[in-house]
Amino acid sequence: MTPVLELRRVVKDFPGHRAVDDVSLTLERGGFYALLGPSGCGKTTTLRMIGGFEQPTAGEVFLNGAAVNGLKPYQRDVSTVFQSYALFPHLTALGNVEFGLRERGVAGREARALAALELVMLAGKRDRLPAQLSGGESQRVALARSLVIEPQLLLLDEPLAALDPKLRKQMRGELKAIQRKTGITFLLVTHDQEEALSMSDKMAVMNEGRVEQFGTPEEVYLRPASRFVAGFLGAINWFGGAGVRPECTRVSREEPEGVPRRRGAIESALFLGNCVHLNATLEDGARATAEVPREQNHFQEGEAVWIHWHPADELRFE
Amino acid sequence: MKLRSWFLLPARVWMALFFAAPLAIVCAYSFLTRGDYGGVEQPWTLENLARLADPLYLAILWRSVWIAALATLLCALLGFPLALFISRAGRRKNLYLQLVLLPFWTSFLVRTYAWLFILRDTGLVNTVLARLHLIAAPLPLLFNDGAVLTGLVYNFLPFFVLPMYATLERLDPALVEAASDLGARPLATLWRVVIPVSAPGLVAGSVLVFVPCLGAYLTPDLLGGGKSVMLGNLVQNQFTTARDWPFGAAASLVLMLASALLLAALLRSRMARDLL
Repeated sequence: MTPVLELRRVVKDFPGHRAVDDVSLTLERGGFYALLGPSGCGKTTTLRMIGGFEQPTAGEVFLNGAAVNGLKPYQRDVSTVFQSYALFPHLTALGNVEFGLRERGVAGREARALAALELVMLAGKRDRLPAQLSGGESQRVALARSLVIEPQLLLLDEPLAALDPKLRKQMRGELKAIQRKTGITFLLVTHDQEEALSMSDKMAVMNEGRVEQFGTPEEVYLRPASRFVAGFLGAINWFGGAGVRPECTRVSREEPEGVPRRRGAIESALFLGNCVHLNATLEDGARATAEVPREQNHFQEGEAVWIHWHPADELRFE
Repeated sequence: MKLRSWFLLPARVWMALFFAAPLAIVCAYSFLTRGDYGGVEQPWTLENLARLADPLYLAILWRSVWIAALATLLCALLGFPLALFISRAGRRKNLYLQLVLLPFWTSFLVRTYAWLFILRDTGLVNTVLARLHLIAAPLPLLFNDGAVLTGLVYNFLPFFVLPMYATLERLDPALVEAASDLGARPLATLWRVVIPVSAPGLVAGSVLVFVPCLGAYLTPDLLGGGKSVMLGNLVQNQFTTARDWPFGAAASLVLMLASALLLAALLRSRMARDLL
């Protein structure tokens, strides 16, 4: 099957810096993909090149097997949910959703637009203007507006960044459910690793304009391809050349046998409800964090301990 | 008296002396009888206002509204693209805005006179066209409605461009991108997003052009050559040559009422509420 999107060695230069540096990426139809990276890593620029808002300096973009370099956004069968939502302020929620259908001269616009509003559970607010909608509602309208035109690929630019934390978590599940229901390929740009891990089938981790790793959340988390990926996705303790996740790091009073270990002192114990984070200072001055079950929270601050881990849990990089 | 009121006092005195009082005088004059050598006399009468219903004067009123509307439309057609261009000019925005304001550095009167030299039979346009052998005889460019319209559009264009620019400058570029993303070609984006969203600027600019054009006096006087009479010229005539102050006062009262009614109608519209 033809991939819905293929980027081939895409480069984007802006005056004075290279925003995207030799990015290649293939997205299969019907998946939920995430593009994860810190701000300024080139993920939004990549998204804008797919949407047609920027043209690549070099390389090619294929949609459905056809090169789309040079095509304008209105000539591409993709749609973007903008970070600011970009709802048309003079149109109602329904009017916003109908916009793309009107442009395509589709029959039965209102029924289809209403169905899209129902999909995002906002049919009751059809006649509200954007100024009368909350942030979460605006975001749903923006989503419905893009979904209703049934694009080959839906691009979401930090769609949850402007929502409050509770709503953000709720929307994660909803976005994923909507993606499954519609079968449209989603490509989500985010700097939030939890968002990328929890929603995507496959994710690309970007840094300084390059894709450092492309894989399933499990692969990327458990077998990070670089120090950057290991450090960006979740916390990590560095013991010399080896990285160990906090949940694989153990703390004990007695010296363990047969496993790699370090001497250290408990600096603080943070009770997080479902677990405890023990922060320790090692002999060489480095710090390490161990995520342990609540019942192991019996260490005193300043107490001398052994920090140890299983060799199989070590992450090693060139 | 509160401190705030003291600061407002000069403005209040000024408005009372130079706005409210003259307005009251004009109102009063409208209902008096003309003196033989100008001025006004008793008794009170409604005759002046009744005379304005005369087809001759109704025609002038209609002409004024028509010419002002046409000038407004032309200002919008020229000013909208210009404002859109400036709003997207990046670092050159300020330079272009200064250029739009440049005509204000010289007097309105001088600028209108300049058009006499451009449009007259031996003026710039006719000379150039004749030299290029495009015309045998000079084109009648001056002392007609076209000349008046040219002068009005020229003089009032900046009043349209500035509010239009201010609105377009605040237009979120993401809206244009979103329209394009949803399949709208550039013209559809302009028509369905840019113009509706910037409607408040369009209304503000149109009012700022239409109201002074409706009462224009100098431009039709100089460029219309007396043949192209507008309401402002009628008022001026009555106070000078015709020595009929009450009728002139009545005409200016009607002019003010027409402008005020138009403004009130616009202020009640939704677009204006968004603007204010």
